[in-house]
Amino acid sequence: MNTLELAILIWLGSLVAGLLGALTGLGGGIVVTPLLTLAFGVDLRYAIGASLVSVIATSSGAAAAYVKEGFTNMRIGMFLEVATTVGAVTGATLTTRLPASKIAIIFGIVLLCSAYFSSRPASSRATAPPDRIATMLRLDSQYPSDTGPQEYHVRGVPLGFGLMFVAGTLSGLLGIGSGAMKVIAMDQAMHVPFKVSTTTSNFMIGVTAAASAGIYLHGGYIDPGLAMPVMLGVLLGSLVGARVLPRTRTAKLRALFGLVVAVLAVEMIYHGVTGRI
Amino acid sequence: MANTPNRWTDQRVETIIANLLRAGVILAASVVTLGGVIFLVRHGREIPHYAVFAGEPKELRSMRGILGAISFRGRNIIQLGLLILIFTPVARVAFSVAAFALGRDRLYVGLTLAVLAILVFSLTGGHF
Repeated sequence: MNTLELAILIWLGSLVAGLLGALTGLGGGIVVTPLLTLAFGVDLRYAIGASLVSVIATSSGAAAAYVKEGFTNMRIGMFLEVATTVGAVTGATLTTRLPASKIAIIFGIVLLCSAYFSSRPASSRATAPPDRIATMLRLDSQYPSDTGPQEYHVRGVPLGFGLMFVAGTLSGLLGIGSGAMKVIAMDQAMHVPFKVSTTTSNFMIGVTAAASAGIYLHGGYIDPGLAMPVMLGVLLGSLVGARVLPRTRTAKLRALFGLVVAVLAVEMIYHGVTGRI
Repeated sequence: MANTPNRWTDQRVETIIANLLRAGVILAASVVTLGGVIFLVRHGREIPHYAVFAGEPKELRSMRGILGAISFRGRNIIQLGLLILIFTPVARVAFSVAAFALGRDRLYVGLTLAVLAILVFSLTGGHF
């Protein structure tokens, strides 16, 4: 297969990954790396570099749609980005030190966890009383709803901050957005309303990924010939996905995509353990 | 420091930021597409070697290298587009510093500057 044929196939694969990622809320970045390594035999480090670039594109490209809805909490995002960016630099530095087989195994485990958590329904709860640290950081805010602005109080700030460091580390280590874990940290640990969590998470993903991108670039992980079809494919796929999302029934799709992710996870772990990656 | 958050101003800042991000992505995707077309026209028939990690050459792995070697080589133009893409979230953080400063929110000016410093640390190759 020559460079042109491979670029077209990778572009098509990335397009589908971006589309499904947007429709299921899992993000396209999570299946790009297994696709490149398992189906196209690309070295894991080049795959991770290309995937990270596509994560930045998706996050920035989707921001406009999110802001219009008015759910993003800029203070929560900026405060937690201190943790995710430090984590991202840590994770990206680890990637340059760890053998590819170990990274593949960690990748597989993280994929399995993502598939599991994304299959659980979103939580909803009554708002908690004000919390001392959250008040000091002025994280409490409100979001628009059918019945007017809804106030919410944030809590569990230290736990959320710690989880964000882990999410950032995984993002930098594996070249993924870690969106699922960011949402869990905000929604479950900090009691941020689900819609505010998902939009603020998207807001944070691009900045987190940019923090690892510099280290990837200097490590020679970002190959232009490979990152080009991946970035353009995932970006187009996710934009189309976001547009058709309101008109799509996603329950069956989520189950199917979750299954695909689980199979890819097992393959990644198997290849890592047997030393094929 | 404002005790009541000014929703209108926050919403306006967020809209400007979203437009900034969208413009950055459109510009980056256009430059990457241009570079990709040149790269594939010139090298499309060659056999790729992505299965073995060799790392990128020096001029494709640092800001100075990419900006210093701008030419009509496809790979270089793609890398320039990717650099623009990486800089869109950085520009967003820089813009947020200004937005928080206008709101006299000193705590968040400090936090945002810390994030910006980490990004600069990473993009300059691990040293200031």
